[in-house]
Amino acid sequence: MRLAQHMAIASDKVRAVAIEATEFPELSRRYQVMAVPKIVMNEHVQFEGALPEPQFLDAVVRAASGDGSR
Amino acid sequence: MPILQTKDQEAVRKEFERLTGPVTLVVFSQELVAADLCRQNEHLMKEVAALSDKITVQVLNPQIDRERAEAYGVTDVPLTIVEGARDYGIRFLGIPAGYEFSNLIDAIIATSRGESGLSEATKATLATLPGEVEIKVFSTPT
Repeated sequence: MRLAQHMAIASDKVRAVAIEATEFPELSRRYQVMAVPKIVMNEHVQFEGALPEPQFLDAVVRAASGDGSR
Repeated sequence: MPILQTKDQEAVRKEFERLTGPVTLVVFSQELVAADLCRQNEHLMKEVAALSDKITVQVLNPQIDRERAEAYGVTDVPLTIVEGARDYGIRFLGIPAGYEFSNLIDAIIATSRGESGLSEATKATLATLPGEVEIKVFSTPT
């Protein structure tokens, strides 16, 4: 969540939402949360686990560009 | 009974010495939807806010404060928005307990200072994003 929230501070185009998975089982099912942390960007870029800043940024750019390939 | 233990309060109070600007924790609660979770979340946010005079808490009900709920894009409760000089788009859906609690504290400090702490290269790339991005981060307390 840290990188996500720091990117939200740096850019007014980025929003960061931390979701407590066990309190929102319906959301967790919808996004197929099997392991945490699970990150979903604009619905189509998804991954599990923490990433270093450059790779996380790369995913944000892909999400912003509408590119869903992993 | 307090949620935060005394040693946690002391640690967070020390972290909050880094706060520079005011922070508002905008808490959306709706007891009819999730009474226990909303009450616990409100309680936690008030305990956190009590650790610095730079933090205030506003508790709103999305059914009553409809305009603000719509402006913040509230779809579920309990939802907490961490707001500094402006709404940076940082939200916590559910109670940020366990590991998420440290992220809440980090979010408060970062929004207070208005500093991302990211590398210059990352900031430069973010400045050229072609569209908006919502990042959902699912986690569990343990």
